[in-house]
Amino acid sequence: MDRKCDHRKHIISVLVENQPGALARIIELFSSRGYNIESLNVGHTEDPTISRITMVAKGDEHTIEQIVKQLRRIIDVFKVRDLTDKKKLDRELLIVRINVETPEKKEEVMRLVEIFGAQVVDVSKDTYTVELTGDEEQVDAFLELIKPMGIREMARTGRVAMVRALHGETFGEQKE
Amino acid sequence: MKLSGAEILLRALELEGVEKIFGYPGGAVLDIYDRLPFTPLKHYLTRHEQGAAHAADGYARVTGKVGVCFATSGPGATNLVTGLATAQIDSVPVVAFTGNVPTFMIGNDAFQEVDTVGITRPITKHNFLVKDVKDLADTVKKAFHIARTGRPGVVLVDLPKDVTRELTDFFEEEYKTPVQIRSYKPVLKGHPGQIKRAAKAIASAERPILYIGGGVVSSGASDLVVKMAEVANIPMAATLMGLTAVPGNHPFFLGMLGMHGTYAANMAIQESDLIIAIGARFDDRVTGKLSEFAPNAKVIHIDIDSAEIGKNRHADIPIVGDAKLVMEELLPEVEKQVAKNREFYAAREKWILKVRSWKERYPLWYEPSDRVIKPQFVIEKIWEVTKGEAIITTDVGQHQMWVAQYYKFRFPRQLVTSGGLGTMGFGVPAAIGAKVGRPDKTVFCISGDGSFQMNMQEIVTAVHYNIPIKVAIINNGFLGMVRQWQGIFYQKNYSQVHLDVQPDFVKLVEAMGGVGLRATKPAEVEAVLKEAMAIDDRPVVIDFIVDREEDVFPMVPPGGALHEMILPNYGKKKEKKAV
Repeated sequence: MDRKCDHRKHIISVLVENQPGALARIIELFSSRGYNIESLNVGHTEDPTISRITMVAKGDEHTIEQIVKQLRRIIDVFKVRDLTDKKKLDRELLIVRINVETPEKKEEVMRLVEIFGAQVVDVSKDTYTVELTGDEEQVDAFLELIKPMGIREMARTGRVAMVRALHGETFGEQKE
Repeated sequence: MKLSGAEILLRALELEGVEKIFGYPGGAVLDIYDRLPFTPLKHYLTRHEQGAAHAADGYARVTGKVGVCFATSGPGATNLVTGLATAQIDSVPVVAFTGNVPTFMIGNDAFQEVDTVGITRPITKHNFLVKDVKDLADTVKKAFHIARTGRPGVVLVDLPKDVTRELTDFFEEEYKTPVQIRSYKPVLKGHPGQIKRAAKAIASAERPILYIGGGVVSSGASDLVVKMAEVANIPMAATLMGLTAVPGNHPFFLGMLGMHGTYAANMAIQESDLIIAIGARFDDRVTGKLSEFAPNAKVIHIDIDSAEIGKNRHADIPIVGDAKLVMEELLPEVEKQVAKNREFYAAREKWILKVRSWKERYPLWYEPSDRVIKPQFVIEKIWEVTKGEAIITTDVGQHQMWVAQYYKFRFPRQLVTSGGLGTMGFGVPAAIGAKVGRPDKTVFCISGDGSFQMNMQEIVTAVHYNIPIKVAIINNGFLGMVRQWQGIFYQKNYSQVHLDVQPDFVKLVEAMGGVGLRATKPAEVEAVLKEAMAIDDRPVVIDFIVDREEDVFPMVPPGGALHEMILPNYGKKKEKKAV
């Protein structure tokens, strides 16, 4: 079988019944079938009985196709879409506590915060805690730049995504 | 009127058309069992919960209805697990109800508490934990709907004890309205464009082959598939699960394909230019080495489960839908196309002749003996004595493969066997379920001495309810299939496969209240089978002492391509390797 070997990151959006068993089934699917999952984000939608799960998974085209199909088999799942190649809004929230023992470091962090449109949300004698929202590349780039200063602690939410309205489609009414 | 959860459950089962239940009581299901005698539901007390699950499974496989089993919490639920996994992987509709500790004790490691829905999640199509008696009726309704529609499967409903005790309103009329599950809408009808493309491909292929799976049997598409083979001159090969879709003596039928498939079936699939896979999933036991499986074939893949399409083998023409509904559309299209493409008939004729020559040249074969009983000979004799019309259940191992090879089935749902999971201990309880479901048929469990010992306690269940199943133990004093592999691939290093120490099965069965018989010589086989056939009020077990080291051939070595099968050494000739 012709399997393309580019293991790129795919961003998959799933609409699912807001039931305790539903999330468990989705997570178990990844472990039982040996799929790799990079991040997973869950929250309810405009309809509180429906949750949106956004997951980032790595794999070749065949694996991703299987993940999408296996997700669709789950009884509580409404819709599954691979958003990777869609025009989409794609955001991640980062909270990071950075060492700023010297005035130079404080100044450098503030400069980066301004450039990236981030915000300092908590301050102590020798740390700044910064919040940044952006796409994955922005968050990665920011982290790369502040790394030399020393990261005390950080938390990332994983990505959430939605198809752009301009693109002329919403999540799609059809469950393929 | 207010009913208790237990009463609602039992009434709902009646409304679902349930007549038979296999189960085992316990603390958490006391309220259900308290009400059970006041219903028309017939309950069979198995001697182990695993037996209940297999019996429900066997019942479902022969009737096409949903099988139902009950078990209590904790060990009751965990004992069901093997049975449910067996049914799920073979797409059998079963609904299991388990008791659990009261809702306020869940998560406390209470007595006989396990996380049943957690444990069974990977082995069910869906499962539910009912936390409020008001949700019970709706949940039962959904459970049956999910189990029997789409790709059939197992649904488990976990019932905390307080839910079965509490009272609530139950409206029968409301229960009878159609089920709505907004996130579950299986695709049943095939895409018309794809069906047209498939018909064209079928009419223009030179070397097509039908690859028939269990989905053909479960959707009731057998007749349509056979008709298509006849209309378009297509040889047929079936999987273990699909064997009964085609009459065993059909001239276009090549038998089973795969690891222990026939030479003709395996060669035909390898050399085909078009595989029409229906209700089959390109399992590793079928394809052998996947990269060398049917290298020149295009694939039409018809399956109700879109996740099966393209999972193991790329499908050139995928059709998602119920096999029967798709065949109802596809058959007339193929008829039209075939009428247009007369010239392909000639090429097709050549193909059929080639396939037949394989069948004649390398048939299934074993060396007969008048000294020791050959296991294959027992299967042939059972076929003769039952006129090929018995429902056969099997356990797992060599005897299972010999059944697949030598029992020529006549009608769909005639074979009940654990194909996907390969569960030893399945045969006896499944035979009980099958006989309960089809009391009009002779039900013969063909087992091995290893497998029989895994659930032989269920003979007592058969005695208890006067269920006259027949059991043939193909007794070679070995775990035969494991021994065969150790023999061929591990230089005869027979490790932990000797079953020399075993009970006297005749005495054992007599002690359980059944009839025990034995045959040790070929000349005794027919007489003992006839004796068994004459018994119709209790189970009978025949201990056939067979040739100890007979192997199952043909055999595709693990990791090998289908055409690399090892053949029997026909008439003491040197072992032939197919080319």
